[in-house]
Amino acid sequence: MDKNASISICNLYKIFGTQPLKALEHVRGGMGKTELMTRHRHVLGLSDINVEMKAGEITVIMGLSGSGKSTLIRHVNRLIEPTAGEILVNGENILTFGETRLRELRRKQMSMVFQHFALLPHKTVLDNAGMARSVRGDDRAAYEEDACGWLERVGLGGQEGQYPHQLSGGMQQRVGIARALTSNAPIMLMDEAFSALDPLIRTDMQDLLLELQQELQKTIVFISHDLDEALKLADHLVILKDGIIVQQGEPQEILLNPNDPYIVDFISDINRARVLRVRSVMDVAPVAPPQTAGKVDADATLESVIALSGGDTALSYEVHRAGAQVGYLNMQKLVRALVPTQAAQNGMRHSTRTNSD
Amino acid sequence: MAAYDFVFDGLGLREWCDRDASPGPMSMADLLARGAGGQAEKSWMESLWELPFPSLDALNQACPAIARSRDLTRGLEQSFLNVRDPLRVVLDPITQPLSWALENALHVFTSTPWWIMLPLLLLLVWVASRSWTLMGFVGGALAFLLFVDHYTFAMQTMSIIFVCAFLCVLFGVPIGIAMSRSNTMQRLTIPVLDMLQTLPTFVYLIPLIFLFSVTEPKLYGIAIILYAIVPVIRLTDLGIRLVDKDVIEAAEAFGMTRHQKLVRVQIPLALPNIMAGVNQTIMMSLAMVVIASLVSAPGLGVLVLRGIRNLELGVGLMAGLGIVLLAIILDRVTKAALARVNAASSVPRH
Repeated sequence: MDKNASISICNLYKIFGTQPLKALEHVRGGMGKTELMTRHRHVLGLSDINVEMKAGEITVIMGLSGSGKSTLIRHVNRLIEPTAGEILVNGENILTFGETRLRELRRKQMSMVFQHFALLPHKTVLDNAGMARSVRGDDRAAYEEDACGWLERVGLGGQEGQYPHQLSGGMQQRVGIARALTSNAPIMLMDEAFSALDPLIRTDMQDLLLELQQELQKTIVFISHDLDEALKLADHLVILKDGIIVQQGEPQEILLNPNDPYIVDFISDINRARVLRVRSVMDVAPVAPPQTAGKVDADATLESVIALSGGDTALSYEVHRAGAQVGYLNMQKLVRALVPTQAAQNGMRHSTRTNSD
Repeated sequence: MAAYDFVFDGLGLREWCDRDASPGPMSMADLLARGAGGQAEKSWMESLWELPFPSLDALNQACPAIARSRDLTRGLEQSFLNVRDPLRVVLDPITQPLSWALENALHVFTSTPWWIMLPLLLLLVWVASRSWTLMGFVGGALAFLLFVDHYTFAMQTMSIIFVCAFLCVLFGVPIGIAMSRSNTMQRLTIPVLDMLQTLPTFVYLIPLIFLFSVTEPKLYGIAIILYAIVPVIRLTDLGIRLVDKDVIEAAEAFGMTRHQKLVRVQIPLALPNIMAGVNQTIMMSLAMVVIASLVSAPGLGVLVLRGIRNLELGVGLMAGLGIVLLAIILDRVTKAALARVNAASSVPRH
């Protein structure tokens, strides 16, 4: 089995309605979502989506409800059929797959974690964890050890005999994750996997996911409506609005250079000190200026540097990565980076609202 | 002089109407009219007031070539009689096993000595409900029936219900599954189910009496099954359609085939609803088995019928009490089984 799988989505369109192909021509002719709805009674789900999801990375697709993010993730395993476009998994267009090949793909290449867990209520935790394997035709003896191992790994050791309803929401989602991991598929699709959990447990689960990812290097597609979560998890962040990709790229990059009022509006409320990393605001210079106050790691958050400096803006630090010095960080520059982009004043928020009206 | 003469006169159809006019038997109304003496000319107001709806009978008065409604019912009967023989050739062999099953069940239930039957039934109650109280109640009720010498009748009724309810589940669940899978199938089936449920129970019996001999058990077997199969079909369909969409989506995302989805997800999750359907089916079989005693179904219904025919109040009341006891037993036991199924998805099974 291929340990690394990449997914690329090219020119993907999805239109809901009775005659999607006819409506597609209008959309290609430049018609927007609202006009398509009022004039042709078709819903534009996704419009001209191009995303490259690299193997071993977490791609987070973020957007508000109705932005088409859940529709998009369901195209990757063809729970929803696109109106037009291509979906390549490891270079193969899965839209050409017949029923049998598609089933093989879903069984062996992909696993999925759901917002509302979607566990089988009449099966034990162990049976749920082994579901993907038993669907493939493995008998219990073959997957029991694996399933127990992953349950142990996600913190559910000793609960194999319980039923899902006996567990709390967070624990049920751990079963969901164990189920996806036991399937041993290289691609994991996570549809708002942590959205139904309360904040503390959500943070726990995010940490668990990052920890597992460091070890497993799976290709993860993660859907979220929560920007903090998206920034924490993403290697590659895709921001959707009304079925269109507004911006995609490295999260730090998007945060520092938002290219759309919508995104500016979005990022104006977050705690930048916790999200931004030293590497994003440092000056790249092989030689540090004299009189630095110490060393910081390139991946440290600005928050931790502020704590280190005790609030003194006169200092600067050497920035190191893997033992080598890669640049230096001026505290004044750090503080400036904490101010949201100029455009992100209330006026901008107001103007985006009037635009959308 | 009929109200609609003018229509046929106006259309120039008078000749066609009277071509082979052989006036039917004179009705009482005609006779009375003749007896009343010469027809006084009515004013147009009067004739308008008395204008009948152009029904078959009214039109027939004006034009004998048009059939009367009596001919319509006779025609229905005649056409049924015409297809009866070919229908019998097909239906007789297909339904024969039902007769055998009913005969054998009746034989087994009534010829097994009470001291074997009673513990067996109580064991069944225990397996289904795991409740000592319920077992005690069933034991008491059956002992009472034995004591007042209604046991044999009760067992006959019970055996018919067992056979018919079993067959209802055997056919009803697959039909329900098919309905849940296809909207077309659902659209086609629902009117039939509605008809089966609303058709007065006696009306079922009429065509069946023409089709089969009244001495054959399958006659009442079919009537009971047709009447009682509806809830199990409906609730199977409903139960499967109500299965959590998220879980179905998960099943698809992990690559389940249609069959895997049905067996591993849909049926287990629909089981509470299916069991509720089985409970309803059993209760409706009991209701029908009493009526079916009109067409020679043995059991407590025969006693009820005797009570009505001979005005033997006591016989009717005792048999009625027996039926109520059976109804309570069947309902409580199936409800207890249903509760266990419900609990199975919320309490661990070991």
